[in-house]
Amino acid sequence: MDVVIGLEIHVQLLTRTKLFCSCRADYFAAPPNTLTCPVCLGLPGALPVLNKKAVELALRVALALGAEVQEVSQFDRKNYFYPDLPKGYQITQRAVPLARGGALTFRLAGQERTVRVRELHLEEDAGKLIHTERGTLIDFNRCGVPLVEIVTEPDLRSPQEAREFLRALRTLLRHLRVSTADMEKGELRCDANISVSVDGRPGTKTEIKNLNSFKAVERALQAAAEHQRALLSRGERVEQVTFGWDEGREELLLQRTKEEAHDYRYFPDPDLVPLVVDAMWLAQVQAAMPEPPWEREARWIRAFGLNPSEAEALLVDPVRADYFEEVARAVPNPKAAAGWVLAELGQYWTGDEPPLPAADLVALIRAVEEGRITRPQAKEILEKAVLERTSVPVLLSAAGGVVRDEEALRALAEEVLRENPQAVADYRAGRTQALGFLVGQALRKAQGRADPKRLAHVLQTLLSGG
Amino acid sequence: MAKVEALAGLRLTPEEREQLRADLAKILAYFQKLQEVNTEGVTPFSPLPGQTNALREDEPGPSLPQEEALRNAPESEGGYFRVPPLFSA
Ligand SMILES: [Zn+2]
Repeated sequence: MDVVIGLEIHVQLLTRTKLFCSCRADYFAAPPNTLTCPVCLGLPGALPVLNKKAVELALRVALALGAEVQEVSQFDRKNYFYPDLPKGYQITQRAVPLARGGALTFRLAGQERTVRVRELHLEEDAGKLIHTERGTLIDFNRCGVPLVEIVTEPDLRSPQEAREFLRALRTLLRHLRVSTADMEKGELRCDANISVSVDGRPGTKTEIKNLNSFKAVERALQAAAEHQRALLSRGERVEQVTFGWDEGREELLLQRTKEEAHDYRYFPDPDLVPLVVDAMWLAQVQAAMPEPPWEREARWIRAFGLNPSEAEALLVDPVRADYFEEVARAVPNPKAAAGWVLAELGQYWTGDEPPLPAADLVALIRAVEEGRITRPQAKEILEKAVLERTSVPVLLSAAGGVVRDEEALRALAEEVLRENPQAVADYRAGRTQALGFLVGQALRKAQGRADPKRLAHVLQTLLSGG
Repeated sequence: MAKVEALAGLRLTPEEREQLRADLAKILAYFQKLQEVNTEGVTPFSPLPGQTNALREDEPGPSLPQEEALRNAPESEGGYFRVPPLFSA
């Protein structure tokens, strides 16, 4: 029995405003219904105007996937009645999508796999519903937020492959800076269809909606494949049905059939003129395109001597990738930098931002490479620098006895000035005794191992803008 | 007719249903007339002929205050619009 899987992926684009109105799109922490206007509430007479940036971000994805951008595309109304959609229709691109074709290549267990893309189009997101006993509560803040929908051909052959494809797509989207693509936050959502075929005869498609984590994608597809296999082996027919997925119980939920509602009566939106993307506009988008992850990977392997698994681990998050790049360029042995970023620093890297400035990691790696400190010493310093928020040059000098190094003294002084804005303001306002306080703070930081006179001198120089 | 009612979320009395059926039949007849027009070689749809790319820069503008957004809602609760339960248990 063969498994055939296709995915429909919705990606929230990183624009400041919604797709057709200038309401802010960063709804995540906003109180309900504070980011709406007549356009996104669908009030009579309000007219949509397309967000140029949303088009450009979607074009970026299309170009990176090698899709063929349609010179003229249009917007259509998908009509349905559901309270998450105040207009009674969703604006999408049905007849002519923004782009067609393209493909994404990714690796699964060392093997390269390519999945073709059928089409890519722009559409607006719907509002959020909360079901309570007293009724359904609606927040329209998300309504009208730009989405790009990517539809694949049925080229995936296992649930695991579907999961890895989605991971690769997320990496791409993040590197293109088109989306933060966080599945837990609903910025990347996936619907899947799957059919199990016997002896090469095509099976019947089952659809699974709203898969909101990589694990859910894999498990739900496994469950659906099992379900179909069981039916087929009993000689029964597979019905064309739609499932939801209960992530807690890991169960498929048969969705109630909205047969009659499936007639979406698509027609071109008379409020929106056709979208024309000419060669010049495409060239501009191409010129502003960040380096795609596969090019970065190839360059790192070539120039820095990384192996593919190191490169892949660093590429998961573009912030980490940029950080590594910055460190790798500044140290004598770029390959060693990969280990430092992934393993040593990786254990402290839990949030979005790096736990240590790149310049500090560079100083540390240099000290090890130049034999000034040992590796265990370096790990200790790293821990201290991250947990106690002390600068590496200061710790390095302290490790070697008295802080003499000019660079370290300066780093220490800068840190003290940053942390004591009031004393800095006092000093600048003419209360020179503030300097004494700052020197005291710096001495405490250096644990007494610095010359107060030289510290005072460095602080003074910095305070007078040197 | 039952399907249209279901789609529109309407509950009609038999009299209303008959009235609407008659009205819709008339409207459909008008549109039937359009079918007779020869559209060979005509672009299927163009809202404003010759116009394309009405675009907006990605600059945030003011949104409605919450009270204003909820003002016309028959029911609201804690800043949310409220409608009858979608799923009856
Ligand atoms: Zn709006």
